Amino acid sequence: MSVNQQTHTGPPYGQPQPGYQGYQQPAYGGQPLPGVPHSQYGVYNGPMPGYQQPVPPQGTSHQGPLPPSVSQGLPLAQPPFSGQPVSTQRLPTQVPGFASPPSSTGIGPSSYPPTTGAPRPPTMPGPPLPVQTAAGPPTSQPNHVSSPPPPPSTLSGPYQGPPMSGLRGPPPPTHPPQPGYQMQQNGSFEQVRGPQTNYGGAYPGTPNYGSQPGPPPPPKRLDPDSIPSPQLNELPPQQKPRHRIDPDAIPSPIQVIEDDRSNRGSEPFVTGVRGQVPPLVTTNFLVKDQGNASPRYIRCTSYNIPCTSDMAKQSQVPLAAVIKPLATLPPDETLPYLVDHGESGPVRCNRCKAYMCPFMQFIEGGRRFQCCFCSCVTEVPPHYFQHLDHTGKRVDFYDRPELSLGSYEFLATVDYCKNNKFPSPPAFIFMIDVSYNAVKSGLVRLICEELKSLLDYLPREGNMEESAIRVGFVTYNKVLHFYNVKSSLAQPQMMVVSDVADMFVPLLDGFLVNVNESRTVIISLLDQIPEMFADTRETETVFGPVIQAGLEALKAAECAGKLFIFHTSLPIAEAPGKLKNRDDKKLINTDKEKTLFQPQTSFYNNLAKDCVAQGCCVDLFLFPNQYLDVATLGIVTYQTGGSIYKYAYFQLETDQDRFLNDLRRDVQKEVGFDAVMRVRTSTGIRATDFFGAFFMSNTTDVEMAGLDCDKTITVEFKHDDKLSEDSGALLQCALLYTSCAGQRRLRIHNLSLNCCTQLADLYRNCETDTLINYLAKYAYRGVLNSPVKTVRDALINQCAQILACYRKNCASPSSAGQLILPECMKLLPVYLNCVLKSDVLQPGLEVTTDDRAYIRQLVTSMDVAETNVFFYPRLLPVTKADVDSDSLPAAIRNSEERLSKGDIYLLENGLNIFVWVGVNVQQGLIQNLFGVSSFSQISSTLNTLPVLENPFSKKVRSIIDMLQVQRSRYMKLIIVKQEDKLEMLFKQFLVEDKSLTGGASYVDFLCHMHKEIRQLLS
Amino acid sequence: MATYLEFIQQNEERDGVRFSWNVWPSSRLEATRMVVPLACLLTPLKERPDLPPVQYEPVLCSRPTCKAVLNPLCQVDYRAKLWACNFCFQRNQFPPAYAGISEVNQPAELMPQFSTIEYIVQRGPQTPLIFLYVVDTCLEEEDLQALKESLQMSLSLLPADALVGLITFGRMVQVHELSCEGISKSYVFRGTKDLTAKQIQDMLGLSRPAVPVQQGRPLQTQEQPAISSRFLQPVHKIDMNLTDLLGELQRDPWPVTQGKRPLRSTGVALSIAVGLLEGTFPNTGARIMLFTGGPPTQGPGMVVGDELKTPIRSWHDIEKDNARFMKKATKHYETLANRTAANGHCIDIYACALDQTGLLEMKCCANLTGGHMVMGDSFNTSLFKQTFQRVFNKGFNGDFRMAFGASLEVKTSRELKIAGAIGPCVSLNAKGPCVSENELGIGGTSQWKICSLDPSTTLAIYFEVVNQHNAPIPQGGRGAVQFVTQYQHSSTQKRIRVTTIARNWADAQSQLQHIEAAFDQEAAAVLMARLGVYRAESEEGPDVLRWLDRQLIRLCQKFGQYNKDDPNSFRLSESFSLYPQFMFHLRRSPFLQVFNNSPDESSYYRHHFARQDLTQSLIMIQPILYAYSFHGPPEPVLLDSSSILPDRILLMDTFFQIVIYLGETIAQWQKAGYQDMPEYENFKHLLQAPLDDAQEILQTRFPMPRYIHTEHGGSQARFLLSKVNPSQTHNNLYAWGQESGAPILTDDVSLQVFMDHLKKLAVSSAS
Repeated sequence: MSVNQQTHTGPPYGQPQPGYQGYQQPAYGGQPLPGVPHSQYGVYNGPMPGYQQPVPPQGTSHQGPLPPSVSQGLPLAQPPFSGQPVSTQRLPTQVPGFASPPSSTGIGPSSYPPTTGAPRPPTMPGPPLPVQTAAGPPTSQPNHVSSPPPPPSTLSGPYQGPPMSGLRGPPPPTHPPQPGYQMQQNGSFEQVRGPQTNYGGAYPGTPNYGSQPGPPPPPKRLDPDSIPSPQLNELPPQQKPRHRIDPDAIPSPIQVIEDDRSNRGSEPFVTGVRGQVPPLVTTNFLVKDQGNASPRYIRCTSYNIPCTSDMAKQSQVPLAAVIKPLATLPPDETLPYLVDHGESGPVRCNRCKAYMCPFMQFIEGGRRFQCCFCSCVTEVPPHYFQHLDHTGKRVDFYDRPELSLGSYEFLATVDYCKNNKFPSPPAFIFMIDVSYNAVKSGLVRLICEELKSLLDYLPREGNMEESAIRVGFVTYNKVLHFYNVKSSLAQPQMMVVSDVADMFVPLLDGFLVNVNESRTVIISLLDQIPEMFADTRETETVFGPVIQAGLEALKAAECAGKLFIFHTSLPIAEAPGKLKNRDDKKLINTDKEKTLFQPQTSFYNNLAKDCVAQGCCVDLFLFPNQYLDVATLGIVTYQTGGSIYKYAYFQLETDQDRFLNDLRRDVQKEVGFDAVMRVRTSTGIRATDFFGAFFMSNTTDVEMAGLDCDKTITVEFKHDDKLSEDSGALLQCALLYTSCAGQRRLRIHNLSLNCCTQLADLYRNCETDTLINYLAKYAYRGVLNSPVKTVRDALINQCAQILACYRKNCASPSSAGQLILPECMKLLPVYLNCVLKSDVLQPGLEVTTDDRAYIRQLVTSMDVAETNVFFYPRLLPVTKADVDSDSLPAAIRNSEERLSKGDIYLLENGLNIFVWVGVNVQQGLIQNLFGVSSFSQISSTLNTLPVLENPFSKKVRSIIDMLQVQRSRYMKLIIVKQEDKLEMLFKQFLVEDKSLTGGASYVDFLCHMHKEIRQLLS
Repeated sequence: MATYLEFIQQNEERDGVRFSWNVWPSSRLEATRMVVPLACLLTPLKERPDLPPVQYEPVLCSRPTCKAVLNPLCQVDYRAKLWACNFCFQRNQFPPAYAGISEVNQPAELMPQFSTIEYIVQRGPQTPLIFLYVVDTCLEEEDLQALKESLQMSLSLLPADALVGLITFGRMVQVHELSCEGISKSYVFRGTKDLTAKQIQDMLGLSRPAVPVQQGRPLQTQEQPAISSRFLQPVHKIDMNLTDLLGELQRDPWPVTQGKRPLRSTGVALSIAVGLLEGTFPNTGARIMLFTGGPPTQGPGMVVGDELKTPIRSWHDIEKDNARFMKKATKHYETLANRTAANGHCIDIYACALDQTGLLEMKCCANLTGGHMVMGDSFNTSLFKQTFQRVFNKGFNGDFRMAFGASLEVKTSRELKIAGAIGPCVSLNAKGPCVSENELGIGGTSQWKICSLDPSTTLAIYFEVVNQHNAPIPQGGRGAVQFVTQYQHSSTQKRIRVTTIARNWADAQSQLQHIEAAFDQEAAAVLMARLGVYRAESEEGPDVLRWLDRQLIRLCQKFGQYNKDDPNSFRLSESFSLYPQFMFHLRRSPFLQVFNNSPDESSYYRHHFARQDLTQSLIMIQPILYAYSFHGPPEPVLLDSSSILPDRILLMDTFFQIVIYLGETIAQWQKAGYQDMPEYENFKHLLQAPLDDAQEILQTRFPMPRYIHTEHGGSQARFLLSKVNPSQTHNNLYAWGQESGAPILTDDVSLQVFMDHLKKLAVSSAS
């Protein structure tokens, strides 16, 4: 939907206004579509006359006032809901206008007609789509104000007016009613594409948009009862046409993203106000910390929490925060200040031990403070005393980060250290598999070569000259080889430990060394390792003892640290943690499927516990040629806060860059050790559940042996009491960790949220991306214990309940046949469908058990931006890119029908980048990009684009580079030629389409969702 | 009786055998009445420069249960080319090679002067000698440095093709892989975990089935050498390498906190060394040389905990059953020792530390395998350095004075059976008709394994006369004993030395004087002492003294001449005259007395006592004392306090110590510096004389004795004072009233008192 909507709006801006009004008008009711579009269309359509025409009429129908767009008749139109309220909240600062209502997406285009906007005449119910609250809902104009530049404005204008998604989205759909449309439907694809492709350029130009709307309308109303169930593909093919719903008529992620980008990307996000919804993760924005933690650190599913647990239950909206405590900030944002309170340590509440933060209330002239979490009153320590000014603020308010900022750090005192001893600097231990496979593939040599230079880039604290981190080296196959690289030695010494049943560290001095001091010995060692094992015939490996060895080494050195394990095969050698090959694809879709995700032995769980106790974080680089049981091997990594990297069928030529980039980034990235995180909340809610890569020995403390800048912890909250609208709800996330220089620190993030007594407020302040992040993690954990089908059903059910609750309580009454989605959640169905189709919940044909386990663990510590692109990959038409600007082309929706044979596209999901080349791409482009003269000569085995000196090649490569930089892992580049074998793989990522293994198309799923909602409502 | 003395000496020189009785009582009953058992001290490899080995196989008796070797005592029918075994009387055909035999053309083994003969035989592949160094790294820097130098030096002493290996230990045990270029490799083991031989071999990658060796391509043909070559390499190939490796050896890097002993995994280190050789070179000559500088403090075989506040066990603790680790540790080392012995390897222990190092527990490693045991204060002393160097001394023919994997088989004529042996050997459990049911020492077998021996290694072998009284042996009958020692010569040749001896039988009733005259009281003293020490080791101490006393009294009763109940009438013949005195000193010796000795020292002394030849053993029992004075040439004097005179220099040799003691006056002269004045050059010479003599002893003795130079009133004088017969003590000083000699502060009885008691008891009719 969103796409359409937005586009529409775009164009409309210019002239829309009139149209809008029209739309909003009640006329809608009768009409399928919100009126909005017409005018715009008209304009847009310039090119495609036919379409436009139909549009206008519909548009008229739309009555601005009705905030929620209710799509009637047709199955799923959803009314945006009342735009009014929402907007305000969101953009408090901005226009007074209403926030745009939730976006409602009309699924069935036809359904739109009736949308009855929210009553408010003046303001259109928020233009649903553009999520951007920015757009003042009803009054298009006012909204604009807030919204950024022109392009956005265009959006805002019209759209907003019609808050209802129905409205916006609908516009295009509206067309359907007309006969002409239908016709088009059939052949319409191309046309549709046209528009989309345009997007890229279109934005600016807008005109294209118009065109889009055109096609959609065709479908008739869907009979809810006959709606296809996405899961089951129930629909026989022939039926499909009957139910055909215009994809452009349903909420479009691209549209939403683009709208947010244009509306919110230009102004800094200032965190001073309670309960603000931040811009989407896909938007580039600057954050100014004025008392709440940056959304880069914490994002919530909702910034407005129901006051009571009843409300929360009723809505079924999970209350969760996605926390990334050590997130990397863009260069223009300041890092958290380090506060040193000397020997007495940070000031804390006496009772709940919350740390001093901006929300603490100083009373009695500053002699005491009242805790914002538990209300206990605590004496201000004498050295911390400060007078209050007339507003009750401390005079030193601005001088103290802990009083004025949302995020800051305290220097921890010795009381916060293990054994009451300040920690030693951490150590990195590189543990390299030197079994036959590893040696033969050239991996060992590669790693050793790389380490030589990489060791100069170990993480450093601030501006220290050299890293405090010590390094150690181990190689292993069936036995372990430790190396003494003490600086005083002329040559390294190798110590073989073959007693793998009872691992120990054979040496103390000389194992962990300072890189600079021992440089020559280390270099000599790294030179020799590949030679020493060049002739090895040992194929068996151990794994458990390897971790034990690292752990023991850290124990012996009394420090925390990280193990980098490079491993190639299932550890079948006789040793603790020995594994069997238990892969069995037959288990898929059975009750036993969950065992594939469970470790086959509890050995690694116990080991993980020990590792966490020592602060031993394990990063795992896997190079399997066959099943190696990631589900089991990954346990320690997972529970110690480490990362797994997997390079199946590793080949030096093709995978070297990816691996080395990952390794470099992994070694260099900021990381904290021996971390304990606790989330404190104000009375009324409580952190009850945690998701991520960590270990918990009790119910409150999240322990991580290591925590790097990419790791995210998702925390779920539940009510244990009532909240009040006045005081809101506060979160304080305190992370105690050891920095890479061995300094013990506390990082504090504070966030204040609003509380509401009206469900509508809740729905208006949600963030779907975060919600999806939570739901995915929840589901991915669920597969450990329940059959996958149960998990999937539960997901669908929960979302249906969320949406049904909205429909029931927040949307204005409308026909049951209409699908009405909250503006903030209008993408929930499409994203949810992506989650359901993901490899973990519905494995694709070629997905291995290891892949599933790998992805399962990967997703569990992803942040919102990563889950967003992982589930809904970014598809960029590079042929549309402007070679002269450094911006990315606008993304298009993930559907095959959006691809043009004559274009080249990039698709990225955080793990892979596909370059899709249409069969009809101009030879010139092929020559420019691949350096070959024809389509058929393009090699699909390329894993990198040739470096060619022409603007197009440069542009594409720079886009790829830009994408790579944004991701925490180096993505694998895959060239896909249209109609080539690999296209099957590629198509799995076109998530709006029906997948080969039974995943529903977006349209089908939306219908199914609608059906579910209807059932709940009836 | 000079003839008997000559006979005895001649026999010893030729055959390395000394019997307690050189004429044998002809019946069982009489033999038991002789008190001192019929036994002999055998030095199997006694150096015989005049004895060239013959290069053929010995001829064996064809009776499967006999297999005695053809010897000069056999009757030979030259015409029929037959010979009769003198043990079982089987008649045997000579092998074809002996076709040309005749009275005038006799093979060496039939000539009387070849009662001892050595054969060189070609059997199996020859494997080079193996030396596996097991080195403690928990040493003081200085000690370690000295040890490293000694070890490096030793490489130059080894035969070029000998295989060497290196294991170091501290908290961990490291088996060093030799021959690695660019990087030194070692396999590391936890010092706390006992591993089975199989585990060790698996972990070292020595197991046969494990074809894929770490590296190097497995060549089918040379697989075994390829495997073991990682740890054991020919000296000439890797001496540079190993020298560097030793040079780079660091002290055990694990921190030792105050009040703790370093964690030392001696038990596991030995276990690994044993396992390594067991897996690679079973039944080939190999020495495991353990160098340790302190007690094992962890893992199997630990002797004491690492808390310094808990002292290592003393005899007192042991008596009180307070040595908590002793039994377990002893068991551990015993198991190892037995395995080592089974493999034909030996374990040397070089323990250098001021405190005890657990020799008590580890002694069996050396005792059962024939290894050396050396105890010193530090590796940085000449005592250790020279002793160690002496291990690699070469004999008259340029061969190392060491042999390996020997088995000693004893065959006796029918009237005799074998009761047992005492020495650095283990039983091979060879039952047979000539094995007695009564055991003395290690019995129940006619064969023993001596994993390592040198030309002085001496075993005591005990016999039992089984001939019944009513089956007299014909006049002039002789009993025969054959000793067959098969061993690996240091040149890696396999050799067999055969000694066949015979002695006359005599009827104890009619010919007691013959028997008496043929008594070898020196051999008897040593043989009895060995029995006593053996019992002391395995049984309770005080009982041994009582047993010895009783034996002595019985002997005196049997062979003394006296009137009943008249002590003054008691006389002993010349051939018994010294025996009581030996027993007196034996009673006071550290072999039986633990007072003032640590358990380690006791073990150390007993170890050497049980393997040295007769002369050395006698010195141990009754040290030799020489006096140097202006009154005449150096002369041996009584080991008596009366010998300690102011104007004498005394030189005492106790085997373990060489003490030079300056009398009071001499000491004063020396202080006054007379020796530096030209006019008193003779004094200088006098001072020098004992030093030169001491040097001579020091040069030849193994292990090097502790060299003590002291003077009247010096603290070290205690070494002398504790040994001499306390004829003058603070109790009787004035009774004697003479100015001669020095009083000893002791309550021990003097020889005089001892003899008086002995006489009284011997003549007493009550006993």
